[in-house]
Amino acid sequence: MNVLVYLDSADGRVKKPVYEAISYAKKIAQSSGGQVHGLVLGVSDESDLKSLGKYGLDVAHHVDDTRFNSFDSRAYSMAVGRFVEANPCAHVVFAFNHRGKALAPRVAARLDLTYVPGAMGLPSEDGIVIRGVNSGKAFAHVKANKPGMVLAVTGNAAGLLDEDSEASISSFDTGLNDDDFTVKVVKVEKMEGGIVLTEADRVVSAGRGLKGPENWGMIEELADTLNAATACSRPVSDVGWRPHHEHVGQTGITVRPNLYFAIGISGAIQHLAGVNQSRTIVVINTDPEAPFFKAADYGVVGDAFDVVPKLNAALKAHFAA
Amino acid sequence: MNILVPVRKVPDTTAKIAFTPDGKSFDANGVQFVMNPTDEWYALVRAVELKESLGGKITLINVGGADNDQIIRKGLAIGGDDAVRIEGDDRDAYFCAKAISTYAKANAFDLIITGKEAIDDNGFQLASMIAEYMDWPCVSQATRLDVEGDVFHLSREIEGGHEDIEVSKPLVVSASKGMAEQRIPNMRGIMMARSKPLNVIQAEESSLASEVAKYALPPEKGDVKLIDADNMDELITLLKNEAKAI
Repeated sequence: MNVLVYLDSADGRVKKPVYEAISYAKKIAQSSGGQVHGLVLGVSDESDLKSLGKYGLDVAHHVDDTRFNSFDSRAYSMAVGRFVEANPCAHVVFAFNHRGKALAPRVAARLDLTYVPGAMGLPSEDGIVIRGVNSGKAFAHVKANKPGMVLAVTGNAAGLLDEDSEASISSFDTGLNDDDFTVKVVKVEKMEGGIVLTEADRVVSAGRGLKGPENWGMIEELADTLNAATACSRPVSDVGWRPHHEHVGQTGITVRPNLYFAIGISGAIQHLAGVNQSRTIVVINTDPEAPFFKAADYGVVGDAFDVVPKLNAALKAHFAA
Repeated sequence: MNILVPVRKVPDTTAKIAFTPDGKSFDANGVQFVMNPTDEWYALVRAVELKESLGGKITLINVGGADNDQIIRKGLAIGGDDAVRIEGDDRDAYFCAKAISTYAKANAFDLIITGKEAIDDNGFQLASMIAEYMDWPCVSQATRLDVEGDVFHLSREIEGGHEDIEVSKPLVVSASKGMAEQRIPNMRGIMMARSKPLNVIQAEESSLASEVAKYALPPEKGDVKLIDADNMDELITLLKNEAKAI
């Protein structure tokens, strides 16, 4: 029973959240003696594709076609559908990142497979998959009513395999026509350097307690020391102290890093919904009654302007040692 | 321009989440329901702004029972012209997407726009599934939507940035923060909404793709460990040795 993984890539390289999707697929395939096949759409670095064998990929099918270099969910869905017609598989696995969220439901509808968005673990023996609902306030144990599934997996759903193996490369021609491509990307703007919030292992987030945008220097310095991404609460992005894409919470984005620092954020229920699946939460706040302390693993009651520079200095000394 | 806006009813963002004793369904006791925030604040408000500048008509569409009419009327007060409610269970995204696309195919729309995700389901699936059943392009998690003739100009989020794109009509869009600002309906809007048409239609029966065997709440978090502000080395030791986070 083979399992297909969609190998989401940018600038010719497969994105980090896909590594775990591959290991997830491998664990499903192994239980029935099957293989993991990957499909990459657009021009890709073949040495990068081969290296994915480490995470459990057996064969990378490369659609070496520049028309796929920008994302068009309709054309991509047609391509995945044609691949599955030619290479039947039991399940299709995606990373639950931007493109996974956009593409996986289309593929599920096209192939008439059961869709499980945000799968947090492998299917159990009786086919139940757990996913987060109600913005992290609950979990649903989902049971598919027919055999095949499209699974979009979150971080920490299966862990990363580390195999001494290389994937083989094959090519695939989708046979799509030019008029199947309807989305035209005219400009791409990406931050230079820095850690991408949605892919970050560590996040340093700050709120109104910082008093103004001019005080974010120490937050950025702490993030830099920790190799972390920066984030913020909703009020801070609403007043324009920080960009919208940094807003973490129920109406912003959900993150699930290994380590989340919340500095000067009271911890409204809507903010907690966006971060409560982080593995370790550290809260720094002047108010010992701040609700965030109830959701935290570690807390420091104190003024951010006093605590953050001390923490940064101590971390620098720790990492230098 | 004719715009279809799917809106969903969800528990309020501050609602305490609980389930029935058998764990099979949501316990709605004492819970206030609202229009899904990303549907209301971003998708519907942007649709109203486009209509205000270009003319046309906005139709709201919802899947559910008569108890959903309250949030549909709110959408009409914000600026929808008419509304359709499809009788049925909104828990299955396939059912919702099929029913909505069946309605959309029978009526001429240039744009279908809804929120990026429902805050109760968190599936990010409705817009993409509707687009697949319509065989239309779809732009997900868009933060900007403008129209020039037959061409839509959009921005969408990507890892660590955004990209600007162009797509011709017709199109499905899922809206993210940044696209519009929340609008509070005024008294005139609320009065007018009472007389706007709200049609109820039946959908074709379909079998569920999946079922929820049970719901569960996350385990209680243990007590927070407080560290003195003058003892950051202790915090670092805990993060390293206990949490294994650095």
